[in-house]
Amino acid sequence: MPIVYAILALGALGVVFGVVLSFADKMFAVPVDEKVALIREAVAGANCGACGFPGCDGFAEAVARGDAPVDGCTPGGAKTLTALAEIMGVEAEAGDPKVARVLCQGATGIAKERVTYDGFESCALANQLAGGPKMCQYACMGLGDCFDVCKFDAIRMVDTLAVIDEEKCTACGMCVKACPRGIIEMLPRKATVTVRCQNQASAKEARESCSKGCIACKRCEKACEFDAIHVNNGFAKIDPEKCTLCEACVAVCPCDCITVVAS
Amino acid sequence: MRLSEVGFFLFMIDCILTNNYIFSRFLGCCPFLGVSSKVETSIGMGLAVTFVMGLASLFTWTVYEFLLIPLKLEYLSTIAFIFIIAALVQFVEMFMKKSLPALYSALGIYLPLITTNCAVLGVALLNINSNYGLLESVLNGVFGALGFLLAIVMMAGVRERLETSDIPKPFRGFSISLVIAGMMAVAFLGFKGLVK
Repeated sequence: MPIVYAILALGALGVVFGVVLSFADKMFAVPVDEKVALIREAVAGANCGACGFPGCDGFAEAVARGDAPVDGCTPGGAKTLTALAEIMGVEAEAGDPKVARVLCQGATGIAKERVTYDGFESCALANQLAGGPKMCQYACMGLGDCFDVCKFDAIRMVDTLAVIDEEKCTACGMCVKACPRGIIEMLPRKATVTVRCQNQASAKEARESCSKGCIACKRCEKACEFDAIHVNNGFAKIDPEKCTLCEACVAVCPCDCITVVAS
Repeated sequence: MRLSEVGFFLFMIDCILTNNYIFSRFLGCCPFLGVSSKVETSIGMGLAVTFVMGLASLFTWTVYEFLLIPLKLEYLSTIAFIFIIAALVQFVEMFMKKSLPALYSALGIYLPLITTNCAVLGVALLNINSNYGLLESVLNGVFGALGFLLAIVMMAGVRERLETSDIPKPFRGFSISLVIAGMMAVAFLGFKGLVK
């Protein structure tokens, strides 16, 4: 019999609290902003953290409050932007869609190895251990820090080089933050001609360490009719605003370090 | 420690200083470390805990005395108390969301965590184990929580100053907080002889 009392006693407590709480719920009801739920539906929903808020829920609340811009969700792209703009009743134009590109072509065999790295699979760690496994201090170490943070399965590690699948890349920017060498850059998707090297070493060193390293010969600079490519700090860089995708620089580059992404 | 033997004042000193929930009983350390980065929020947390602990003492004692003892269900005290505390915290949460939204968002996750705050369950069980009457139970709850409030506000005060001080790198963050909590506990040990 005592077991029945036990069940009844706890059951009664439960019922009493349930009634009191449901009453309190009505009494202290706070109108929830319906925009939050709508925004939560419209964002990419990967909880990637690219917006700077703790997850998609945090971002949705901030947008509904007006504390976050409607274009804060980069992974959602233009679709999310127009949806959020509609929900919040503001005008918003989709900017140039961007994509992350690895500014290095130093796969195994192209960039020379300096030491055989046998430590933890972490670029951040290897980078601090006397400058990583490759001779070039600006090369992709290929240990996959960017691969680990990519929520969209857009990065593969091929022959110790990070390769980004531009179809899958949502430009959330997490890999850019994760790369300890800063060789992943967010670039406009339509600017398909890219200098894939950022080494600041001298031409001699660049030649010795990698067969596809920029040697700052400035031939591209001379070939460009639109003043779009310039050599600074030992490597060439293209200004995507001025580039007309004529590919004149690609033809003259002696090191094959300017690439064209098939669009 | 009985209220009738030592009187109101000594009973209060005993609950707040000598048997401080954080520094002497080591109960409720989660919010003590989690919500002590700003004095304002720590005061809010302390008051919320005070409210919950006072009410929890009242309800748990009543339920124990008038429901569990007559039915000889004393062994159910822990689960029944958890039940009562959870419902109370839910109530406080709803109340705060409506009336004190700023404090509600400042406390964040730590407010529902009062549910699992061992200080609240601790006070309920200690009341029963010490054979306290209703008045003693409620006073023990309220003063115990005031001791918690004192501890968390002091900690927040120290941590606000830590923000600008030059701390050696390995000690930054939680390490230095734990070192300070330890030192505070040692300091509170000094109150031990105050009430016999």
